[in-house]
Amino acid sequence: METYALLGDEAIALGAVDAGLSAAYGYPGTPSTEIMEYLQQIEKKEGKPLARWSANEKTAYEEALGASFYGKRTLVTMKHVGLNVAADAFMNSALLDIRGGLVIAIADDPGMHSSQNEQDSRYYAEFAHIPCFEPVNQQQAYDVMSEAFDLSEKLHVPVMVRLVTRLSHSRAAIKTSSRKKENPGVKAPDVKQWMLLPALARKQWHSLLKKEKEMKSISETTDWNPMVIKNSKIGVITSGLGKNYFLENLDQCSQEFNHLHIGYYPLPYDKINKIASSSETLIVIEEGEPLIEKQLRGILPLTIDVKGKLSGAIPREGELTPDTIRSVLGLSPKASAISSSMPLPGRPPQLCKGCPHDDTYTFIKEVVSELKESAVMSDIGCYALGALPPLQVPETIVCMGASITMAKGAAESGMKNVMAVLGDSTFFHSGLTGLVDCVADNVPVTILVLDNSTVGMTGGQETILPSERIKQIALGVGVHPDHVHVVNAHKNDHDSNTALLRKELNFNGVSLIIPVRECIEYFRKKRKAEKGDN
Amino acid sequence: MKYDIILCGVGGQGVLSVAAAIATAAGIENLNVRQSEVHGMAQRGGAVLSHLRISDTEIHSDLVAEGSADMVLSMEPLESLRYISFLKPEGIVISAQEPFINIPNYPELDKIHTEIKKMKNSKLVDTAHIAKESQNPRASNMAIVGAASRYLPVKTESLKKAVAILFKNKSDEIINKNIRAIELGGSI
Repeated sequence: METYALLGDEAIALGAVDAGLSAAYGYPGTPSTEIMEYLQQIEKKEGKPLARWSANEKTAYEEALGASFYGKRTLVTMKHVGLNVAADAFMNSALLDIRGGLVIAIADDPGMHSSQNEQDSRYYAEFAHIPCFEPVNQQQAYDVMSEAFDLSEKLHVPVMVRLVTRLSHSRAAIKTSSRKKENPGVKAPDVKQWMLLPALARKQWHSLLKKEKEMKSISETTDWNPMVIKNSKIGVITSGLGKNYFLENLDQCSQEFNHLHIGYYPLPYDKINKIASSSETLIVIEEGEPLIEKQLRGILPLTIDVKGKLSGAIPREGELTPDTIRSVLGLSPKASAISSSMPLPGRPPQLCKGCPHDDTYTFIKEVVSELKESAVMSDIGCYALGALPPLQVPETIVCMGASITMAKGAAESGMKNVMAVLGDSTFFHSGLTGLVDCVADNVPVTILVLDNSTVGMTGGQETILPSERIKQIALGVGVHPDHVHVVNAHKNDHDSNTALLRKELNFNGVSLIIPVRECIEYFRKKRKAEKGDN
Repeated sequence: MKYDIILCGVGGQGVLSVAAAIATAAGIENLNVRQSEVHGMAQRGGAVLSHLRISDTEIHSDLVAEGSADMVLSMEPLESLRYISFLKPEGIVISAQEPFINIPNYPELDKIHTEIKKMKNSKLVDTAHIAKESQNPRASNMAIVGAASRYLPVKTESLKKAVAILFKNKSDEIINKNIRAIELGGSI
C-alpha cells in the first residue's frame, strides 16, 4: 500500500491502471484532461496501458468499444459536453454484451469554470439505463475504478463514473491497493449481442431492462449508498460533493439529521422511502441538476416537505459550496473580515501576450469594420477568448465544430460575408465534416483555421495529426486550389492577410485560409523543457 | 489543528507552485491536505484562485468556506482584495505589493495598498526585490511562501524540503535560489 498526493483525475487514472486497465481513449476537455495525461505518464514509464487521444469523443468511445469487444478493460474519458458528441455510440453501447469492462469517466463542470453549459451527466446514465458511480473524494475516485470495472463485467454493461471540477482538480493523498492483472484478449463470445440490427436490438433492449432490475437491487445494498437514521425529524439526502459540504457544516448544526448519501445510481428507492418515512422534512443536496429532488417530487402531491434546488432553498445555478447550503441547514452566513468596499474591476481570462490568434483577429477585425453585413462564427478553444474586449471578433460560440456549419447555414440563407473561425484541433474534431458539407453545396463561406499546432486551451496536447495536412485535406475534399491559402499569423503580414481576406470574401464559393504560428505558451514551455530550465 | 488558505493571483504567476510547495510541506509533516486548483480557460491571464486546506483531522470539503480562511496569500495586490470575504475576522492577508496590470481599468495602486493595510492583519511583500536578491527573477512566488512561513502550520525546513522535491528535475543552483527566496521572504 502506497500513498500519493493526486488530483481526482489522476486518482481515476491510477485506480483504472490498478484495476487491470489495458486501454484508454479520450478527447481533451477541462476538467477531464488530466485523466489521460496521467495515464500517458504511466504508459511512458511502464510501457502500458495504451493511452490515446482520439480525433473526437465519438471516435474515442468507439475505439474503447473495440478494445472491450476483445475482452480488455477499457476506459473512455471526456468532459460532460463531450458525451454529447459521443452520445450515439454511448447510448447504443448500453445494449451490448460487454465482457471486457468498459468504464466511462465523465467530468462535469458545474459553475462553468471552463465550459459552455452545466449539463449533468447523471441524466445520461439514467437515459442509457446504465449504472453510475459518483466519488466524493480522491480516495473514492481511486477505489471506484476497480468496483466499476467489476460491475461492468458482472452485469455486462458500460458503467459511468461521474466527476465534477472540484474533485477532478483537487489534490489529496490516497492509499493504493495492489495491481490486478489485465484481462487476456478474448473476442466477445456472442457476436449477435454486438449487432444492433432491429430484430437483435429488441432482444438486447429486453435484456438491458432485465439488467436494470439488478442494478436497482445493488443500489439498496451497496456501501456507496450509506444511510444513518438518527430519529431526527429532518432527513438529508446528499449526492456527490454535496456530502462534503454537508459534513463540513455538520458540527455547527444544533441538531442531528437522518442522512442518506447517494454514490451509486440507479437510485435506491427502498432506502429513500425509509429515510422519508423517518423524517418530516427532506433536504436534498446534490451537485449539478436537481435530478434526485425532481424524482422525489414527481407530479402528484407530496406528503413530506422537500427542500432543495427546486424549492429554492439551495441555489439552482452554479456549483455547490460549503456556504450555499448553510441556510437550508438552518445556519446563518459566516462572518468574514471587514469586506473591502472598494469596487474591483474583473479580470477575465484573455489571450496570452504574443498569441498568434491576436494577430489573426486583428486583421479579421479590420476587414469586418469595412463591411456592411458580415458574421464571424467561432468555435470552442483558446480563440474563443477573442470574443472578449478589446478584440470582440467572434459572434457565435456554440459547440465543437459549429463554426463551419453555422456559417454554411447563414450563407445559404443569404447572409453576406460569412466567416468561420476555428482551431486546428477543433477542425480535426468536427470541423472536417462541416467542410465536406460546404464543398458539396459550394457555399460562399470563408473558413479560417487558426493553426497553432496544439490543443491550447487544455494544456497543449498534440493535435491528432500534423496540422500542415489540413491544406491537403481541403484540396482532397475539393476546395479549389486557388482558394486554399496558408499564411503567417503575424502582425508583419497584417496588410497581406487583410487583402487576402477581402479577396476571398468576394469569392462565391468555399475559401480556406490557414493562418499559422505556433502557440506562444507551448513554444515557451517546449524551449524551457529543452533547456531543462526552471 | 485546521488551517485554511486562499491562494490567489493572475494566471501564469505561479499560484499553483505556491500551493504545491505548501501542500507538499504539509504532506512531509504527515498532515492532511486538500488543494483545489484551477485549470483550463480560467488560467489564461485571468484571476486565479486556489483553496488549500491543512488539518491534523479529516478534511471534508475541497473548498474553504467564506469567513473561514486563516490566510489570504496573494501574488498580486488587487487579487488579494477580490477574495477577502473568505478571510475570518482574525485572519491575515499576505500579498505581493507589485501589481500585475493586464486590464485597462486597473485601480490606483496606492488605493489598493491602503485598502490592504486597513485589514486587521496584513502584510505587503516586496517580492520583486527579494527575487532580485536571490538572483532568480522567477522566485517571486517562493518569496511569498517565505513571507507566509512564520504563520503556516508547517516548519520552514519542510517548505525547503518541499522545494527540493518539487524541483527535483532542476539543477541544484535553481533549487538553492528558490530556497534562498523562501529564507529572504521569511526574514521580513
